[in-house]
Amino acid sequence: MLFVVAPAVLSDFRLNLLGKFLCFAIVAVGIGLAWGRGGMLTLGQGVFFGLGAYMMAMHMKLADAEIRSGAGALPDFMQLGGQRDLPGFWLPFTSPFATLLMIMTIPPLLALLLGMGIFKRRVKGAYFAILSQALAAAFAILLISQQNTLGGSNGISYFRTWFGFTLNDPVNKQMLYFIAAGTLLVVMLITRQLMNSRYGELLVAVRDQEERVRFLGYDPANIKLVAYVVAALWASIAGALFVPIVGIITPQDVGVLASIAFIIGVAIGGRTTLLGPVLGAIAVAWAQTTLSEQFPSAWTYAQGALFVLVVGFLPGGIASLFLLRRRKKQKEGIS
Amino acid sequence: MDVLASQLFTGLSIGSILLLIALGLSLTFGQMGVINMAHGEFIMAGSYTAFVVQQVISSAGVSLFVSLIVGFCVGGVMGVVLEATLLKRMYHRPLDTLLVTFGVGLILQQVARDIFGAPAVNVATPEFLRGNIEVLGVVLTKSRLFILILAIVCVAILAAALKYTSMGRRIRAVVQNRDLAEVSGISSRRTDITTFFIGSGLAGVAGVALTLIGSTSPTIGQSYIVDAFLVVIAGGLGQIRGAVIAAFALGVLHAVIEYSTTASIAKVLVFVAIIIFLQVRPQGLVSVKTRSLA
Repeated sequence: MLFVVAPAVLSDFRLNLLGKFLCFAIVAVGIGLAWGRGGMLTLGQGVFFGLGAYMMAMHMKLADAEIRSGAGALPDFMQLGGQRDLPGFWLPFTSPFATLLMIMTIPPLLALLLGMGIFKRRVKGAYFAILSQALAAAFAILLISQQNTLGGSNGISYFRTWFGFTLNDPVNKQMLYFIAAGTLLVVMLITRQLMNSRYGELLVAVRDQEERVRFLGYDPANIKLVAYVVAALWASIAGALFVPIVGIITPQDVGVLASIAFIIGVAIGGRTTLLGPVLGAIAVAWAQTTLSEQFPSAWTYAQGALFVLVVGFLPGGIASLFLLRRRKKQKEGIS
Repeated sequence: MDVLASQLFTGLSIGSILLLIALGLSLTFGQMGVINMAHGEFIMAGSYTAFVVQQVISSAGVSLFVSLIVGFCVGGVMGVVLEATLLKRMYHRPLDTLLVTFGVGLILQQVARDIFGAPAVNVATPEFLRGNIEVLGVVLTKSRLFILILAIVCVAILAAALKYTSMGRRIRAVVQNRDLAEVSGISSRRTDITTFFIGSGLAGVAGVALTLIGSTSPTIGQSYIVDAFLVVIAGGLGQIRGAVIAAFALGVLHAVIEYSTTASIAKVLVFVAIIIFLQVRPQGLVSVKTRSLA
């Protein structure tokens, strides 16, 4: 349906919007794995999303500058800010290959380091949630302070090309949508394999009875780490796709609020399932776009109410309704 | 040297506000396993209380002391309402309480925006708190000194109440072992409500105090809540002593790093420092010895 129906039915604008929602859905798959299956409530996925997005944005900005005024030129916002030389950490992003490599490696590495610091010392669930949130807060503040090197609170925007493709071209926009849809599919397949494997069972076991798993000879920290690192990788990839599709990345997209907003879609769809987070994320992003345009304050109320109602009264999300019904039917069948 | 000393003092005053906020969080987290993200909005409620009280009472000095009391009650009542309607259903699901109270916080922020408007409002500082005084060659802002004293007084009262009154003994009993306390005839339900009232009330007081050093906006709570939670983590659950040391340490550490680098780098470094600290003491600075495995 994503590949055939949506491109045929939707206008270019709507298709682009759907592409953006698909990016959120990719993040949601990772959160579903870490939170739903692993019990790790990560409130800082915005950090990994942001890292991927900013790395991609830096590469695109450099490519633009090179087309416009030759090799070694500075991106436009730096010239406006009075920056003379390219900051050192921008240099690797001139190469498209290095950029992709870093998008795939740096956020998972950060997740690995942070996870080691937290899980290995058996710091408990709620502590982890708060620490991940503090990381998101610190990350956003750091980005805002980098006015001359990372665009500050305005973020990085105005891109013309993406790996040599002109972004204004509708054909290329469709191509981007297909890439996002394809990535989502691949991400879901890999996550499904993980969930159904022996590892997936261990992860659920750690969530429900960490001590028992430890007594069986496994190290729960390592099991948690894998899920957290995978979730970070998905978020980073989603961020890297978000930038060419949406055309801007700002600290607001990666801060505390954005990070927690990722959670609500996952919670609504059903955190323990595979498809639930995807559908939930798309539904919430769609509702936010349509509602907040017309009634900005109503959306905030709705978002708050959703958190209260879903988490408080329907912890399994919408998916649990279906699961309940299926179980009921099975019972009836038996009797 | 003088600059460093005054920076230290700023750190102490930030620490004292963090302390007022973290005490409530730590009490409710330690006792009920509730992570109250709406605590930040109780701070905001305290700040707006000060604003409203000042509309009624024109004398800034009187209004400050009235707001401190009213702010405590406003925060406390909000906390009790939240506890009675939502949180009592979800004990020992800390992750879920975090998300639910975050939703409540979002709603409260929007309510404030609809009532008071999005732009920040200002509360006049009383005459006797304006200006500076000099102690041993170091210039201290009077309002920040007042906040420091306020925090110390609050902590002293709370510590004394926990230690010497029967209510305090009940609270400590429930924190240490809820089941055993219930068996001993303590109504844990009533104790929970009392704790929530005190903890949220302290957030209200912190909100009033904040009006002395800055303006009040609907998102004022957001800028303190994350740091306050870090204090709770570093200090150890439900431990006043831990919260006091952690709050001042964090405030001073932040101010000193900020002095040599920038505010944003300081935030990141403080975060890294806490992660490193947790490698040494995963349970926080002060922790009750238990035989539990977790």
